[in-house]
Amino acid sequence: MKLQGRAIRRGYAKGEALVSHQPIGFFGGVDPQTGMIVEAGHQLEGQPIGGRILVFPQGKGSTVGSYTLYQLRKNGLAPAGIINEQSEAIVAVGAIIADIPMIDSIDISQIATGDTVTIDGTLVQVNRVNTQA
Amino acid sequence: MRLTREEEAALRGNRGPAARKAMEIVVALGEVYGAEELVPVSSVQVAGVSYGNIGQAGLEFLSEWAQQGARVVVPTTLNPAGMDLEAWQELGIPEAYALSQLEVTEAYRDMGITISCSCTPYLVGNSPALHEHVAWSESSAVSYANSVLGARTNREGGPSALAAAITGRTAKYGLHLEQNRQARLVVEAACALRSLADFSALGYMVGQRTADRVPYFRLNAGVRPGPDELKALGAAMAASGAVALYHVQGVTPEARLRDVLATDAEVINIESLEEGYESLDGSQRDIDLVWIGCPHASLAEIEHVADELAGRRLKARLWITAARDVLNAAKSRRLTDRIEGCGGRIVADACLIGAPLRELNITSVATNSGKGTFYLRSHQGLQVRFGSLVQCVECAVAGRWLA
Repeated sequence: MKLQGRAIRRGYAKGEALVSHQPIGFFGGVDPQTGMIVEAGHQLEGQPIGGRILVFPQGKGSTVGSYTLYQLRKNGLAPAGIINEQSEAIVAVGAIIADIPMIDSIDISQIATGDTVTIDGTLVQVNRVNTQA
Repeated sequence: MRLTREEEAALRGNRGPAARKAMEIVVALGEVYGAEELVPVSSVQVAGVSYGNIGQAGLEFLSEWAQQGARVVVPTTLNPAGMDLEAWQELGIPEAYALSQLEVTEAYRDMGITISCSCTPYLVGNSPALHEHVAWSESSAVSYANSVLGARTNREGGPSALAAAITGRTAKYGLHLEQNRQARLVVEAACALRSLADFSALGYMVGQRTADRVPYFRLNAGVRPGPDELKALGAAMAASGAVALYHVQGVTPEARLRDVLATDAEVINIESLEEGYESLDGSQRDIDLVWIGCPHASLAEIEHVADELAGRRLKARLWITAARDVLNAAKSRRLTDRIEGCGGRIVADACLIGAPLRELNITSVATNSGKGTFYLRSHQGLQVRFGSLVQCVECAVAGRWLA
């Protein structure tokens, strides 16, 4: 399946999708030393985001979250790519300074955790391996 | 989005990798918020300075960007740090924190930014004119620039303001457009407004009621708020309601120049400030620190403290935070001597919200700032008493909050 979006940080990335239907706040919500989501009660609490295509509606919380994405990159724990429904400044700036390909304006209900997802410019390619055609 | 030839060239990297990344940020934000074009800015205020807030992640990013050659192209001032950059040792700031904090300000200095370290840039030389487009961060400064000065800025975050300073541009959306500056909420404030704390309490209450609308205040006849009152009002409203622009009938410049009231504006009445005081004021009696200067104190506020102290000895610590240039002006008018003679001090460069207060054994604070109260509670988990400047000074003299 192909989805057309809007490139926030243009680039190519491929990985396994990790999908949240709740917004993600990176400052305080993701531990830059382990790459784990640590926000108490979050749908993805305890999940590592490194190397995944992280799919969520939008960011939330402190603008310092942009720097958390940058630090995740420095620590080798950043997501391979980011897909948002509607991006906002924190994650958009974070993706640019951390060189993480990012697309928004995507209907994220079309993507499930475990799908193999490719981001290429403004296009998202979704491959589901475990379901019968 | 339409870009000029110059903007396109910067996006391709003709000014180097650091400027390219800055232009990428500005353009991406324009796309995200539906701007049709960019607009040149005449000044920038950059937040994200306190090491306690931005942490190691922020420090590493800023240092690397500075090393890559990021340089500002418009006059740019800086938000407060987590400590006095000169007197940190005397104030007992832990050395590890201080050294990291100094690395942060060095990175900003390398980028060509004035190390003003104040949330009141408009008191120390960065004061945009009416209708000027600027890119400011720091919610209270944004509110002041838009409302009191009539300049035009959105609420920038630290990195987006920095990107604007490096490119000289910001995306033209939101409060850069006149149609978004109309008031859709009328506040009939029939309450008495006697002190800065009263203006703070009013701002706090209104911020909780704005729901993304620009408020328009009608004050009682005879109430003529000056710069300090408007600073307190706007700061509290920005803290409790993310309000970036307000108008005051007959007082703020846009309200005097044109009809800023939308036809469908809702009207609310505020007859008493009791609710504001009740939500802000705590119940702690023993106070470790009395804090005046959130936003940073003006010379008039410092003078008011010196007058109220009237030479009495203090039992609790009293710190006034202010921009260094204001501190220097206070010194030359001997206000610093009068305050220090009583045991108080004027702390430059710093914001206590991002300061390592717990390491200084400070767990309870009294202040006349609604904004300060709000963030000391939420960010630092401290006990806070909120009252007038006179009550705060009496608390410092007595060593405890007097009912």
